[in-house]
Amino acid sequence: MRLIADMTTTKELPDELITLRTQLKCSFEQIDDVFEDCIRDAQHRLSKQGVKDYLSGASLICMIGRGVEPVLQFLEVIPEMADRVGEEVISLISQGVWEVSRTPNGVSIPPFMATLGEAARRLGSLELIKQYLDILFDMMERTTGSIHGHHTTLPSPGLPHLLAQMPYLLSQVSIEGLQNWIDYGIRNYNDHPERQIDYFTLKSADSRAMLQRERHGTLFADNERNLSLYLQALWQDKEYLAPYSTAKDENRLQQPYYDKVGIRIPDVFDDSDTGIKGIDRYRAMLAHMAAHRRWSTKIIADNYSPFQRIAIECLEDSRVEYLATLEYPGLHKLWLALHPIPDEEECTKTDASCIRHRLAMLSYAIKNPQHGYKNKDLLEFVQRFHDLMLTGESSTQEVAKIAISYIARTRRQEDQAATIYFENTEVEYRDDNRHLWVFIEEGDEEEQFEAPEDKEFEEVDSLPPRHYPEWDYNTKTYRPDWVSLYEGLHPSSNANDIDSILAKHSALSKRLMQVLDLLKPQNFVRVRYQEEGSELDLDVAIRSLIDFKSGSTPDPRINMRHKHDSRDIAVTLLIDLSASVNEVPEGCEQSILDISREAVSLLAWAIDRLGDPLSIAAFFSNTRHDVRYLHLKGFSERWNDEVKARLAKMEAGFSTRMGAAIRHAGHFLSNQKADKKLLLILTDGEPADIDVNDDKLLIKDAYKAVSELDQKNIYSHCISLDPKADEYVSDIFANNYTVIDNIERLPERLPQLFLSLTK
Amino acid sequence: MSEVDIEQYKINHEPFYHVQEDEINEYQAAYNARLPVMVKGPTGCGKSRFIEHMAWKLDRPLITVACNEDMTASDLVGRYLLDANGTRWVDGPLTVAARIGAICYLDEIVEARQDTTVVIHPLTDHRRELPLDKKGETVHAHKDFQLVISYNPGYQSLMKELKQSTKQRFVAMDFDYAPTKVEQGIVEREATIDADTAKKLVQIGKVARNLKGHGLDEGISTRLLVYAASLINQGIKPTSACRMALVRPITDDADIRQTLEHAIDTIFV
Ligand SMILES: Nc1ncnc2c1ncn2[C@@H]1O[C@H](COP(=O)(O)OP(=O)(O)O)[C@@H](O)[C@H]1O
Ligand SMILES: [Mg+2]
Repeated sequence: MRLIADMTTTKELPDELITLRTQLKCSFEQIDDVFEDCIRDAQHRLSKQGVKDYLSGASLICMIGRGVEPVLQFLEVIPEMADRVGEEVISLISQGVWEVSRTPNGVSIPPFMATLGEAARRLGSLELIKQYLDILFDMMERTTGSIHGHHTTLPSPGLPHLLAQMPYLLSQVSIEGLQNWIDYGIRNYNDHPERQIDYFTLKSADSRAMLQRERHGTLFADNERNLSLYLQALWQDKEYLAPYSTAKDENRLQQPYYDKVGIRIPDVFDDSDTGIKGIDRYRAMLAHMAAHRRWSTKIIADNYSPFQRIAIECLEDSRVEYLATLEYPGLHKLWLALHPIPDEEECTKTDASCIRHRLAMLSYAIKNPQHGYKNKDLLEFVQRFHDLMLTGESSTQEVAKIAISYIARTRRQEDQAATIYFENTEVEYRDDNRHLWVFIEEGDEEEQFEAPEDKEFEEVDSLPPRHYPEWDYNTKTYRPDWVSLYEGLHPSSNANDIDSILAKHSALSKRLMQVLDLLKPQNFVRVRYQEEGSELDLDVAIRSLIDFKSGSTPDPRINMRHKHDSRDIAVTLLIDLSASVNEVPEGCEQSILDISREAVSLLAWAIDRLGDPLSIAAFFSNTRHDVRYLHLKGFSERWNDEVKARLAKMEAGFSTRMGAAIRHAGHFLSNQKADKKLLLILTDGEPADIDVNDDKLLIKDAYKAVSELDQKNIYSHCISLDPKADEYVSDIFANNYTVIDNIERLPERLPQLFLSLTK
Repeated sequence: MSEVDIEQYKINHEPFYHVQEDEINEYQAAYNARLPVMVKGPTGCGKSRFIEHMAWKLDRPLITVACNEDMTASDLVGRYLLDANGTRWVDGPLTVAARIGAICYLDEIVEARQDTTVVIHPLTDHRRELPLDKKGETVHAHKDFQLVISYNPGYQSLMKELKQSTKQRFVAMDFDYAPTKVEQGIVEREATIDADTAKKLVQIGKVARNLKGHGLDEGISTRLLVYAASLINQGIKPTSACRMALVRPITDDADIRQTLEHAIDTIFV
């Protein structure tokens, strides 16, 4: 068979093609199967010279010794590509492949060839294709054999994976974005083949975060506040918004939803094909969910069949949207533009179940009076819906009745089919309605209706983590969303322990009290140009007198007075709880932790007396994936037993990733209203964490975090208990630090220091 | 003293005031007992209008002083002016009001410094007198004189709190933006606009008031709603009028602006 086929194809080649075939110096017989098709395509699209280049290019690729595959790919892809971007690309590609073949990266040639078609379609110009090739070759060079510098025979670990992701990447980012994303991966993972692979396969979190950053479209991250304001202003809803990643695989049906933890929406939206802006698509989605949250009530799922349930969901969606549009008529246009328009006939030709199709038509017809559908049942139920809504808000229960009779009326044999017709039935802004159902008995059906859970998100039972960037001083860039910070309330034990600490220091607190009382009437400022005041302002008085004597009207404001500046300071005390504070320093009887506890208690007591708003939090870390931020006292809490009980329980563990904690503390402080904001950081050593080898990295990041706060008018001051701190602490806090050498004196020094800082 | 023309302080036409609760009777009672009154509430919710209305109703002259930080006690009480020919005493508005038996309305009193506000103390207790220290005269308030202050608890910081000793001298009336229906009526009547437009404007006002504390110190006032309606009356497109009157004046925060603009676009379609 095979032999005959080969003979026939070769034989059948017309004469002019036989000469061309000989110009392709490559004897794999598989080529003969496709040669005629390819060459005709090439002749059709390319110039004479182009065809020549095409054949010699293919010959070159044949010589590299990678088998027939790359040659076939070249033959197939080049005519269309050259037609699109110009014939110059032909030799560019063949030369490029040749170059690659002389490196250890031969395996990457077929995946490289496979990206070309998509690249040409997406990029569309020779210039961009050139740029694309440059980026790839650069990536290849930098990642090949770079481990320990001299194994030049090792192929690039990431390249084949990068190439495999390429069609997706190109659909997400521009060429500049691609370059940045690749660059970041090389810079950070050149020494770690596995991590490099994780990065280029889009498996690691920062890889996805980085891609989001480069993405086109409207990013949730850029609009978080805007969207929260939207919910707050139009819906008086304060729910927590959390994005889910759309970066994984495009095909998985991801729907928004809300549950106890918050409202989950996509991390990015492009403008829609119908011209709806990304931000408005977000708003359409939030408005829909806000409407549910206002008007939907839970009903018992067990009473209904799966079909009845989707029908109920559909009509309930329509109902809440109807009510929302009464309040905000403009939403109608927005939702309508995002609603699919099912064709009445489109589901007739399949064996698949048309249940979703029928419901989508019902939903569309309810929205748009110009739907044009003819089906009698459909028309009747649209009418029933509108009649119901004319009676008022109605209820989830009421529409459920209509939904059930619609299902009963339109039931068909094919509804039971294994496949369901999905086309034109998905309404992108509608959530999965999980909030609608209560399940009384756990059943199999439930699983079917639970949308896939996002594991990462479910792990934490309280708040989802906050992500903070970290500064990489080597590249002078932020690593986006690098650190995951979990916050919570510090556990508590016995408040009496703290009271006895205070009793122990009663002599000290008496002395402090005197300072505290002094603090109020101090610090006068002079107010000039007063008509009435405590003293004559001589300069002004003389000027007025001269005016008067010379016959013009004198300024009567010739006095000055003094007033004292009143305090308007918010303070956060951030305590480093890394494991090292468990040590008992030489010459001391207590651990650093115990001494800190005493000092903090005294400080908190003192600040409470002054009445300045104070919050206290502690932090420790265990790699960038787990920074803990524990609240000991909130700004609005008084110095009471609950706070004391938390302080009493304070325990140490793990490491000191300071930057993220500083940023988080800054986040809260910046929401305070005070004129002056002070962040005190109490620490016993330099920033460090077990996943960071470079000592300087976390120091530089902490420095960066302090400057970020500075820009928000938050003043940071470090109290270091590390006698060797001078070596690094000024790199972070410039002059704003105090090193306490004699740790036992901390309880005395800490409040004093605070007072002198805020005088 | 030169004669003061009382008529210039009289209000001749009834200022439109939409009653919210029982405030007219309450005020009247306070006036009959000549008690000093403090009216509290956010800007533009109708405090000044209410006082104007009451002055008209009681047929009393009304002297309004807008307080500010640079105001001194002399600005209220009066001062000697120096000129080439010597000195001349000029009564301040508070003194004038006390002499002629007017209602003296100190608007936004917390804006004034505390040492300024203490001059009102002797007028607000049983003495009802105003010592003019510099002039060596004590003015005994006219029997019809009444002191009213307005006070916006929303935006002052701790620094701008009224002293207890000042607060304790007044009876207080709380004002707030009127309930939806009433506010609609006010906008309709003040700007002579149709009910539907008024309703939509009030709805936008409510949206903005939801943002109080989230980047807006105060929401959109009734006054601004009336302004928006007036612009619409002038033929400006409602969405543009709202941007002019309801968005731009109150915030430069891009996110808040976008949110309000979106609200406007979904309400006026
Ligand atoms: N109850 C009301 N009746 C009539 N008009 C009102 C009322 N409340 C507010 N307004 C309108 O709002 C505007 C601002 O009110 P105004 O009394 O100046 O506010 P405030 O003194 O509280 O700052 C008025 O000019 C008027 O148009
Ligand atoms: Mg006013």
